[in-house]
Amino acid sequence: MSKLTPTPGQTVGPFYGYALPFTKDNELLAPGSPGSIRLQGTVYDGAGHTIPDAILEIWQPDAEGNVVQHTGSLVRDGYTFTGWGRSAVGNTGIFTFTTVNPGPTSEGPTGKGSAPFISVAVFARGLMNRLFTRIYLPENEEALANDPLLSSLPEERRKTVIARRDPDGGLTWDLRLQGPDETVFLDFQGSSTETGAYR
Amino acid sequence: MTIDAHGTHRAHSAAEQNAAVQDSAVQDDAWQDAAWQDENDELVAHAEAHAAHVLDAAAESQADISAEIAALGEAYHRELKDGAAPETQPRLDFAPYRSSLLRHPTKSLHHADPETIELYSPAFGHQDVHALESDLTIQHNGEPLGERIIVAGKVLDGDGRPVAGQLVEIWQANAAGRYVHKRDQHPAPLDPNFTGVGRCITGPDGSYRFTTIKPGAYPWKNHLNAWRPAHIHFSLFGQEFTQRIVTQMYFPGDQLFPLDPIYQSIVDQDARDRLVANYDHELTQPEWALGYTWDIILTGSKRTWTENEAFGDAGDDEE
Repeated sequence: MSKLTPTPGQTVGPFYGYALPFTKDNELLAPGSPGSIRLQGTVYDGAGHTIPDAILEIWQPDAEGNVVQHTGSLVRDGYTFTGWGRSAVGNTGIFTFTTVNPGPTSEGPTGKGSAPFISVAVFARGLMNRLFTRIYLPENEEALANDPLLSSLPEERRKTVIARRDPDGGLTWDLRLQGPDETVFLDFQGSSTETGAYR
Repeated sequence: MTIDAHGTHRAHSAAEQNAAVQDSAVQDDAWQDAAWQDENDELVAHAEAHAAHVLDAAAESQADISAEIAALGEAYHRELKDGAAPETQPRLDFAPYRSSLLRHPTKSLHHADPETIELYSPAFGHQDVHALESDLTIQHNGEPLGERIIVAGKVLDGDGRPVAGQLVEIWQANAAGRYVHKRDQHPAPLDPNFTGVGRCITGPDGSYRFTTIKPGAYPWKNHLNAWRPAHIHFSLFGQEFTQRIVTQMYFPGDQLFPLDPIYQSIVDQDARDRLVANYDHELTQPEWALGYTWDIILTGSKRTWTENEAFGDAGDDEE
């Protein structure tokens, strides 16, 4: 089968604010509903300043580890968990989601007992192309140790993709686009260059 | 703003007029809501805090930026000559786009095999998007100003398979080059009949189609006399989350292409050309609208596909 060359990405720019956000975009579950947790964090640039114009998307399995294929993310009915949400950061660089702890999925390379994670896509003014990363739950150290991605990372970088558990049961995970604690970003094609382009 | 004897709102200055139009444009729109309007208000304050940085950048000339772009382009051509494979995506590290300086990762992207959730995409359907949302010219009481256009094409994956039943979102400036966004302070008129936001769900053959207005070029503060070529922002989902992309569609023959550091952040000419739509007289409708076609190719999929999914049954559960 002939391979087609992918269309290039471009920055989301500064003016997505009247287009991409929508009502309850960051509420995968209604806040306060049973099993719901808050996932929050702050987005920083290379100078350690917060970024006011980034927008994040999360995509995750449900609490039992099932990949959900229900429509209705854009017009939420308040009952159906769709697994996907979007959160534009506020002026302090903070994003918030209401979601559930993702369960371990059975299809992963390690099967049941694999380390559950939330998939993340990041967009920002000044960021030429979207970035992918993951948010792992901090529990189950054995599963984390056996995870194919985490075990391929140096120790100091692993922590950038593992969330902290808050006293209220929520998760905190900060995103650093650049700098000493720069978040690990993923290349699924295996063809990225030093400047972040792809060949 | 004052209200006269007939109860008519009357704006006094151009700025007031714009503010009034902007308010009404925002209020009219069926998909707007107060929650994120508040977020936009917050963005204004933060933008002001960064004003000093913006002014520094404004001191640089187009000639400075163009020289940097040319140097990077020449270095890339030497790489190609030495046998390097062509680049297909923008550079995250592209200094002529000044906002990227502190916002690009300095460590290489980490090669990873997509797992489980990443091999699927969220599902969208007609519960999410109304058919009328693909027409950006009918969202208000009157006809928007400018050149009416139809933009249509297909979303395909890297193997040429149609991406069926997936969400396409677009946003853009109006014909005068002004966005309905409070941070856009370009003193060009807002259009009370144009918001510039559209959505659709791709058909079984991956097709999408929007009716809109040709956006204008607009100035920005990367450097002195910086202007963006006219463009429409596109947000796309594939059948896997790894295929997620946000990009911009441009119009053929734009004289601003060589000057624009965002377009030029894709250093390969063939790759840049993939963002430029084609004028299509077959798509043009007599006495109504000019047609542009633009196909979008996502990355190849990694998942083993079932026949059902290949025909696009996934992602749309409407009965």
